[in-house]
Amino acid sequence: MEIIYLLIPISLILLGVIVWILLWAVRDGQYDDLEGPAHRILMDEDRIVDTQKNSRRGDAG
Amino acid sequence: MKSAIAKQDYPHVSVETGTISAVTGIGDCFHCGLPIPPELDLYVNIDGVDQPMCCHGCQAVAEIIIGSGHENFYRVRTEVSPTGQGLVPEFLRATEVYDVPEIQGQFVHSLGADTREASLILEGITCAACIWLNEQYIAGLPGVTDVRVNYATQRALVRWDEKQIKLSEILQSIQKIGYRALPYNPDQQQESHRQQRRLQLRRLAVAGLFGMQVMMISISLYAGAWSGMEASFEQFFRWISLGLTLPVILYSATPFFMSAGRDLARHQVGMDVPVSLAIGIAFASSAWATINGQGEIYFDSVVMFVFFLSASRYFENMARQRCAASVEQLAQSMPVVTTRLAPDGGAEESVAAATLAIGDRVLVRPGETVPADGEIISGFSALDESLLNGESIPLDKNIGDRLLGGSINVTNPLQMEVKSVGADTVMAEIQRTIERAQAEKPPLARLADRVAARFISFVLLIVVSVAVFWWLHDAERWFEIALAVLIVSCPCALSLATPTAISASLGKLQSAGLLVKRGSALENLNRVTHVVFDKTGTLTRGRPRLERVICSAEYDRGECMQIAAALEQHSEHPLARVLVQEAGILEKRKLTRIASTAGGGICASIDDEDYFIGNGNYIASHCSAEIPAQWLEEIAADAVTAVVLARTDRVIAMFTFVDDLREDAKTLITHLQNLGKSVILMTGDRDAAARQVADLTGIPDHRAQMTPRAKMEAVQALQQESAVVLMIGDGVNDAPVLSSADVSIAMGGASSLAKTNADIVLTANHLPAIAQAMVVAARTQRNIYQNMGWALMYNFGAIPAAAMGLIAPWLAAIGMSVSSLLVVLNALRLTR
Repeated sequence: MEIIYLLIPISLILLGVIVWILLWAVRDGQYDDLEGPAHRILMDEDRIVDTQKNSRRGDAG
Repeated sequence: MKSAIAKQDYPHVSVETGTISAVTGIGDCFHCGLPIPPELDLYVNIDGVDQPMCCHGCQAVAEIIIGSGHENFYRVRTEVSPTGQGLVPEFLRATEVYDVPEIQGQFVHSLGADTREASLILEGITCAACIWLNEQYIAGLPGVTDVRVNYATQRALVRWDEKQIKLSEILQSIQKIGYRALPYNPDQQQESHRQQRRLQLRRLAVAGLFGMQVMMISISLYAGAWSGMEASFEQFFRWISLGLTLPVILYSATPFFMSAGRDLARHQVGMDVPVSLAIGIAFASSAWATINGQGEIYFDSVVMFVFFLSASRYFENMARQRCAASVEQLAQSMPVVTTRLAPDGGAEESVAAATLAIGDRVLVRPGETVPADGEIISGFSALDESLLNGESIPLDKNIGDRLLGGSINVTNPLQMEVKSVGADTVMAEIQRTIERAQAEKPPLARLADRVAARFISFVLLIVVSVAVFWWLHDAERWFEIALAVLIVSCPCALSLATPTAISASLGKLQSAGLLVKRGSALENLNRVTHVVFDKTGTLTRGRPRLERVICSAEYDRGECMQIAAALEQHSEHPLARVLVQEAGILEKRKLTRIASTAGGGICASIDDEDYFIGNGNYIASHCSAEIPAQWLEEIAADAVTAVVLARTDRVIAMFTFVDDLREDAKTLITHLQNLGKSVILMTGDRDAAARQVADLTGIPDHRAQMTPRAKMEAVQALQQESAVVLMIGDGVNDAPVLSSADVSIAMGGASSLAKTNADIVLTANHLPAIAQAMVVAARTQRNIYQNMGWALMYNFGAIPAAAMGLIAPWLAAIGMSVSSLLVVLNALRLTR
């Protein structure tokens, strides 16, 4: 069980890293907008860029 | 009309299938949802389908969106977009002043040699797809290095390379996709709010993360106490717990200690006094036990207590800051840029409004906001002061009259001399008043605070008597039991009950398109018995549409439109704008001797012939001929507004305008009547118009030709018969009546927030959201009662149990946490 003297300090180091990352994220403003990313992720996919279709005035309608 | 054909391939397909979905009605503009005027033939090809457009503005906007590869916008949007009608070239010109270094100094930050950063207010955001479009589009501009749009506040943070792109170009590009962006200077209050929020979040994070570790070790210790554990391991775990609790005490718990210190210095007992006592005593005794190697430790109780209390404070603060944002909006209505004139009245110069000094001469163009308090030195005009005093009708002002900063110049250019600036202006005074009002807590919250203070004194008394009692009877257990009582009595769940439920509902309503400015509005909304509607701009679209052109025999329609538009180009009147828009491309005509009469019409000469356009009275006083009686009959029958075009000797044409009813008005009225509310229509319009709208929507009670004052008195009369009145109006014109109602909802986008006293602003172009708000309000109220009931039950049940020594401190901490958690989870049900 002496391994615990090694494992617990390791977990503390991990804790330190996690706390540091979280504090950095807060300072970076990542928690300022909690709603936007939820919408953004749904919209950022499958963009079809087809310049052929651009701005053709449809007269045939 | 081509829309009949376009109807067939109009795809009504849901978003999930990835096809363009129609958020607009059939036959309406695909971009903005406004009806398409007859004889207009504009289309934009979106995903292989020709979609109809209502004006050249919308067409241009849609083409740019498609052209830049953002057709996804039309797939995912859930609301129609702001209309492209009246995309004003003046605005494009006005953005150029933002390139002037002195003006940039206010809101542009330099980050290195060429990198600049600015915050922009975005206007015209209607749904999440708008945010996406703006982000994608701005990020795609050459020279823009970073852009982030905040969904909740509709602000964008943009970074760009000064060498490649100018700020004015970014603003103009945003304008081209149909939105308006203005740089703004986040004021100090807002900045301090943000700092405060982040600090609280960091404290919460530290308490949570370290707390989890302490809990983990506590579980080992409990297991060890149960099944046996080597003393050296136990002592090691206790030291680790102490080390992990230390940051929580020193960092996360400091606000409690500081607040308790402040309370004691003022000889008061607040909620933080017993909290600090519990934290401090429990930690000190545990630390002492760890150092001595004997006695109980309570680190787990301490961290859990700090974490849950911090969480509740964070929620509460978020809800409060949401309300404070409205004050900041008011500050935004002051213009940032203004035109200063050289002392001799000659050269014009764009300067920041903040740099104006007393004695400066300033030019205020029509449509601009007056930058400071002052006096007119040249010109006359009508001034809209509704923002300052709620007076909805613009006031005529002449040389020597006083101008108030924040009012809007409506008709003619003015020159003014600045008399007071900054904190001395009337606007600044109003702002201070609002801030004071918001700093004051609502009566109910004040009562709750007083009760809590008594409750806490009572708790402290109980703790002392319990400690003394157990000291005399069982000296071994007195500390443990007193501590359990102190923890268990924390009115934490009680204090969480209201703020969590309200902020959950506010979030829910915001996504439904309702911005709630005051949390107390929800409570009042729940009690509403009478709903009063304004007509123009509320039940109707509030945007006049040219319905008919009646021409005299000598002129054809095209010619009438051309002459009318040529004259109306020189007017700011909304009907004039519509006429110019409808005329399409104008033939070049030379106009001379242009003169306008406020509230009447406009007159000009074309090829030495005098033309007049205006209302009936104006024409009657300038034209010798009478308006044909049969024309007048036509407007008398319908609820329309008319403008007449005439020469000195004959009447040429009459243009009639209608204001269309919103399609969903009837749905809302029916919903409200099903909820058992009495619905009343009050309008300043003529009786015929009021009756027509009332009949179409099924409103039994309509009152016409009411001035804002009469509306206000009618609402007060209802209130005297103990009715609780909800007023729904268009915000600007209805300011007095909105503020006299118990709850008020104003129509309009985020930018009109500032101009209104309303408790709630409807940002979605979707009336039934109001009925939804009433349902949410009722659910919120129920939720608050449930939370309160549970919290009181817990506190009153647990305190005697703890005093009898039945609850260990760790169990007390778990009980406290679980009761708070239940309250939060219950409140979160509201978001579904």
